[in-house]
Amino acid sequence: MREKLVLVGNGMAGMRTIEELLEIAPDQYDITVFGAEPYGNYNRILLSPVLAGEKTINDIMLNDEQWYKEKNITLHKGRWITEIDRKNKIVKTADGLEAAYDRLLLGTGSNPFIIPVPGSDLTGVISFRDIADVDAMLDASTSKKHAVVIGGGLLGLEAANGLKLQGMSVTVVHITKTLMERQLDKTAGKMLQQSLEARGLHFLMAHETEAIIGEDRVKAVRFKNGLEIAADLVVMAVGIRPNIDLAKSAGIYCERGVVVNDTMQTYDPSIYAVGECVQHRGQAYGLVAPLFEQAKVCANHLAKYGIARYEGSVTSTKLKVTGIDLFSAGDFLGDDDCEEIILQDPASGVYKKLVLKNNKIKGAVMYGDTIDGAWYFQLLRDGTDVSDFRQSLMYGKSHLGDSGHGGQDAAAAMSDDMEVCGCNGVCKGDIVKAISSKGLFTLDDVRSHTKASNSCGSCTGLVEQILASTLGGDYSAATKAKPVCKCTDHSHEEVRQVIRENKLITIPSVFQFMEWRNKDGCHVCRPAVNYYLLSSWPAECTDDYQSRFINERVHANIQKDGTYSVVPRMWGGITNPTELRAIADVAEKFSVPTVKVTGGQRIDLLGVKKEDLPAMWKDLNAAGMVSGHAYGKSLRTVKTCVGKEHCRFGTQFSISMGAHLEKMTWGSWMPHKFKMAVSGCPRNCAEATIKDFGIVAVESGWELHVGGNGGVKVRATDLLCKVKTDEEVEEYCYAFIQLYREQAHYLERTAPWIERVGLSYVTKTIVDDEQQRKALAQRFLESQTYVQNDPWRERASEGVHEHEFKPLAVIAG
Amino acid sequence: MPKFIEVGLLEDIPQLGSRVIETDQGRIAIFRTSDDEVFALADACPHKGGPLSQGIVHGKRVTCPMHNWVFELQSGEAVAPDEACAARYPVQLESGKIYLSLEK
Repeated sequence: MREKLVLVGNGMAGMRTIEELLEIAPDQYDITVFGAEPYGNYNRILLSPVLAGEKTINDIMLNDEQWYKEKNITLHKGRWITEIDRKNKIVKTADGLEAAYDRLLLGTGSNPFIIPVPGSDLTGVISFRDIADVDAMLDASTSKKHAVVIGGGLLGLEAANGLKLQGMSVTVVHITKTLMERQLDKTAGKMLQQSLEARGLHFLMAHETEAIIGEDRVKAVRFKNGLEIAADLVVMAVGIRPNIDLAKSAGIYCERGVVVNDTMQTYDPSIYAVGECVQHRGQAYGLVAPLFEQAKVCANHLAKYGIARYEGSVTSTKLKVTGIDLFSAGDFLGDDDCEEIILQDPASGVYKKLVLKNNKIKGAVMYGDTIDGAWYFQLLRDGTDVSDFRQSLMYGKSHLGDSGHGGQDAAAAMSDDMEVCGCNGVCKGDIVKAISSKGLFTLDDVRSHTKASNSCGSCTGLVEQILASTLGGDYSAATKAKPVCKCTDHSHEEVRQVIRENKLITIPSVFQFMEWRNKDGCHVCRPAVNYYLLSSWPAECTDDYQSRFINERVHANIQKDGTYSVVPRMWGGITNPTELRAIADVAEKFSVPTVKVTGGQRIDLLGVKKEDLPAMWKDLNAAGMVSGHAYGKSLRTVKTCVGKEHCRFGTQFSISMGAHLEKMTWGSWMPHKFKMAVSGCPRNCAEATIKDFGIVAVESGWELHVGGNGGVKVRATDLLCKVKTDEEVEEYCYAFIQLYREQAHYLERTAPWIERVGLSYVTKTIVDDEQQRKALAQRFLESQTYVQNDPWRERASEGVHEHEFKPLAVIAG
Repeated sequence: MPKFIEVGLLEDIPQLGSRVIETDQGRIAIFRTSDDEVFALADACPHKGGPLSQGIVHGKRVTCPMHNWVFELQSGEAVAPDEACAARYPVQLESGKIYLSLEK
């Protein structure tokens, strides 16, 4: 017999909990859902676009009735639960239907607050809460003329904009002088008001409603200052109140909302609650992201996993009015201890304000240019110390050097047919459509459904903006401790820590220890865990080749047609006639279709058949060449300029320095690919300042630069320090590599890693702390003793993994 | 009743790995799971033709090395939200020997 779960409230929070539950424990409960509205489950936050005529009701359905059938969920729509009999664990509807439960989930949502003024019960006075309200507004717009919206907050403005678009003359009445004063400061509020006035909305600021006038139907609205204006429709949008009537009548402890603990459990242990009806640590939430966080935690406990906690949410807001870009988060007013960074450009309609306290972002308001909203919000939620990049903070994350999305940085200004993701050819319209028709809420959702920002990621900011402007900003942004993948809730840090503390040396032991959801993991976690094992226990751990991406399994780079590319190492970019002859010979012998010079100063043989790889490697080995690891999350190239060896400007011997460093560091597995360069003078011909570790020679020694990247997002290096001797260059280089190897997440390049941990941390560890630096360098050299065996030789001459390169059988026709 | 041809031994394929059978219908990938079950799919991802035999095997699924689409080994169906189906071939395992039929 399965246990019975009853959900009261067929809304977004409750149903999200059910969906999360079905994901992790599909067979645990018989589920019954009661909903007062006569529909399936729909996306309430998209009611504004429906009102604005940009979407239809069908566009915003999340789960239709068919879905409930497929999932074996009993749905009672249009039925109100009026009683909870906690003693017998039964709920009852107004019309006498009963349902027994083992666990009860309350998702009763909230009610709009109606100001208790005379006339508030007249026909034509409505709120903006559900499909019925939208229908009433659309209906009124066909025959009536004047609409008055009371409340200049988020919801009120969206309603006003929608009614205006439906052809009504609209006046917004607001009690204070600033629109959305809970989200905007004076300047931003004023800019917003001006844009909305330009669209034809009228405003009565600092006006308080005294009465709504009319006999059966509303005719006018009168204010305390005596002004009276005509009204055929009045929309009250002054706030919401948690709907706690049912819980209260059942004697469940309520304050402003139904009080729950960090597991979303009410004072009755069999009864849980999520969403807008809930009060958690004194807070009630009316935006969707916190509700979804609650849903995830609640599902975890309903499934009896018992490990998740909800610890409250920091929220951000975005106005869903097409063409207006506005973002607000946190404490945007600040107090005496706060500092403000402000950028204001009235001509281009841009205003940005960041509120900082002790070098951490406390709040942000942005108007006109919101592309970095998601980034600021993340810095705010994570409490990141911004002192390392405070000077450039205001210019945002997605500034110069980004490629792949046509230089666009304002999603709102883009038309539907403009390309957002240049890797996968996804246009803005495709993303908007997927978000509304498939009910997507997170960046990951959008990535998996549309592939936008799923490849190089340069358009992530744009996609987040589109998600935010479609959903109203408050989508579920990623949190700091992101799980490694869907197989686990544990973060990269936690996996690493467990591997170190418990000396785990195999993937199955990690999966078992950390209670992975499936025994083999997946293509995301296995390579990551394999790397963490190898980098933590280089002597003890055995590499698991089946957990490596194909390129690292066969030591060549797979190409789009299934052939491979072969890049032999050229130490510091130096080659010689023997090597070149050998390369020419293998190119002819194996009919290599393309021979290309790479950006890393070596030669790429493209289009090699997999079965030819070992024989080709054997020939290259014979000429003294080894694998260039052009396919690996490992040391790639060390690019050099000719330096003091030949150049009249050269100050140090850059070629020999580069070649030596490459000899010392090749073969090392890293979280991601790792590139180095050595320039012989500050003219920097080797472009060392866009490498992971860049060395620039000066007359008095060497400058060491770290964290550069020349790819998707150009990032110039940060200067780590200046050193005098060649030995110091080596020691700092090994220490830096090792710190990166030990601390970065798998698949995190040095650039985002340094931005995450901060340059000052790296400086403190490597430059300021000699003991640490020496220990890190020592650990690196020790781990190198296990990996500097040419993988090509092993496969060409020592019979390693022969099965990889031969078919199992050939069946002739 | 499809005709089965012996193509090799279970031990010739690494656990969580795959080997290729060359046929005049093109390449067929044979997969071995961690529970020593075997499955066979056409070695061409229905998305952009990537060789599924080169992917990472996990559970009863394989991830295409080209663009990370995931396929059910048993049905050949792509895992949602992607939509596609890889051709599958009947395969049998008897006392450590693998038998394949070329009738899809």
